Amino acid sequence: MSGFILETEGLTKEFRGFVAVKNVSLKVRRGSTHALIGPNGAGKTTCFNLLTKFLPPSAGRIVYNGRDITREKPSSIARLGLVRSFQISAVFPHLSVLENVRIALQRQRGFSFDFWRAEGVLAEYNDRAAELLEAVGLQEYVAHTAAELPYGRKRALELATTLALDPAMLLLDEPTAGMGHEDVGRIMELIGRVAKDRTVLMVEHNMTVVSTLAHTITVLARGEVLAEGDYATVSKNPDVIQAYMGTANA
Amino acid sequence: MATVTAGEIRAATHEGLPRQQVVAFVIMVGALVAAPFFFYPVFLMKVLCFALFACAFNLLIGYVGLLSFGHAAYFGMGSYVAAHAAKVWGLPTELAILAGTAVAGVLGVVFGWLAIKRQGIYFAMITLALAQMVFFFSLQAPFTGGEDGIQSVPRGHLFGVIDLRSDLAMYFFVLAIFLMGFLFIYRVIHSPFGQVLKAIRENEARATSLGYRPDHYKLTAFVLSATLAGLAGATKAIVFQLASLTDVHWSMSGEVVLMTLVGGLGTVFGPVVGALTIVTMQNYLASFGAWVTVIQGVIFIVCVMAFRRGVIGEIANVLKKPL
Repeated sequence: MSGFILETEGLTKEFRGFVAVKNVSLKVRRGSTHALIGPNGAGKTTCFNLLTKFLPPSAGRIVYNGRDITREKPSSIARLGLVRSFQISAVFPHLSVLENVRIALQRQRGFSFDFWRAEGVLAEYNDRAAELLEAVGLQEYVAHTAAELPYGRKRALELATTLALDPAMLLLDEPTAGMGHEDVGRIMELIGRVAKDRTVLMVEHNMTVVSTLAHTITVLARGEVLAEGDYATVSKNPDVIQAYMGTANA
Repeated sequence: MATVTAGEIRAATHEGLPRQQVVAFVIMVGALVAAPFFFYPVFLMKVLCFALFACAFNLLIGYVGLLSFGHAAYFGMGSYVAAHAAKVWGLPTELAILAGTAVAGVLGVVFGWLAIKRQGIYFAMITLALAQMVFFFSLQAPFTGGEDGIQSVPRGHLFGVIDLRSDLAMYFFVLAIFLMGFLFIYRVIHSPFGQVLKAIRENEARATSLGYRPDHYKLTAFVLSATLAGLAGATKAIVFQLASLTDVHWSMSGEVVLMTLVGGLGTVFGPVVGALTIVTMQNYLASFGAWVTVIQGVIFIVCVMAFRRGVIGEIANVLKKPL
């Protein structure tokens, strides 16, 4: 197997003539933490949606673990171990915190179409769910409804749910967006911990997070790759500075 | 670090039967067993048939978030097939009802498969369009009797023994069907499958990203709902010894929405209370003639404006417990 877990070749997405992502060739090294940054409208989230198959690409190829996944369904991608989070916190608001995590765990049962069976059969997952919630510091909240959690805690819950699938690769869409200062610290620490034995690809605006966690950074601007490298290289790149500050300041 | 206790897990998973639901169920069964000795059994059977219909509908809108505007198709087809099977084929009552239920289920597979490809208002419109096709089919097909419907359907004997021409015997048969349907739905929404359904209702994209295929779950729920609606229709045909165009008319689809809404969407007991309310109104306000629909409309508006959660939904909200 190659050193890259995820590779794209000439990935392009057009919306009625507007090219949101243009010819992006991305290589994510196995076990690394890779950040995708860029000014607003650079195509980061579109790129994410392409990788997780929530959008079909107009052109290009996506290879995950040596397997062409360009034409796969979003639900199959998850089963291959490539699991995403969302920009707006994606929890199941009216389920309890524990049930949120258990939904992910119960997928191990295969397709649960057993509508004749009692919910009690899911009890075997309770301990694992509690463990995952402890790991993200939500042990006091297990019986709460997910909707009752403050924003930062919801993101932690989302992360616990994602980790329940034990994915080989995590795609995090702005994991710290809209968070208060202390929550950012907590989530950053958490991502750092889970990234030790996984590949993480994240879109992130917070440069502290990016500089601390990411091994490699890809900068997107107007749908195209502008620069790539570690934080020190990328932050000195004149094109990157111009893209962020605009021509007037260049 | 504090660890999660078993008690907290129990609270989080709502383990065991919630006491308030057990109490409500006992009250409901008690009332239904006693009712035929105080009220006209045929009226009560009508309530039970519509209650089952509304519960079936609620399974879809309350627990999957799908608004079907064509449930009359399954109710009506169940009704026609059961009536035809009992009258023309001379099948025993229980088999005639099963035939109606099965046909509604098959119709649910086909229509559901087509409809779940779209979401929201488009889903509702497709179900309505398909149900209208069933209406015109029922109007034209020779076996449905067109405007006359299928009349004087024999009630027959249950398992060849119990004479169902007695209203009381028929009532307890219908009550048994209703309770089986009701408990079946309760089990469905409290199964591992039901958990995934709720997850899909809450956040479909997230459920997909966790590896679930929402369409498969939606279709299964749709078929279950259509089958139960067919069971309600088939039972109704035997009770009234009649299957008619009213059963497949779009206003029937509207009525079941109204019943579920008045009682409380996504509550276990709501549809039953809703059906009771609406059927009672239709029966006792019948002397007002065309005004019944106007009164129904006003109630609908009041419901949406004043108590959006429906009767049972509001009570559950006050109690802070699911009902």
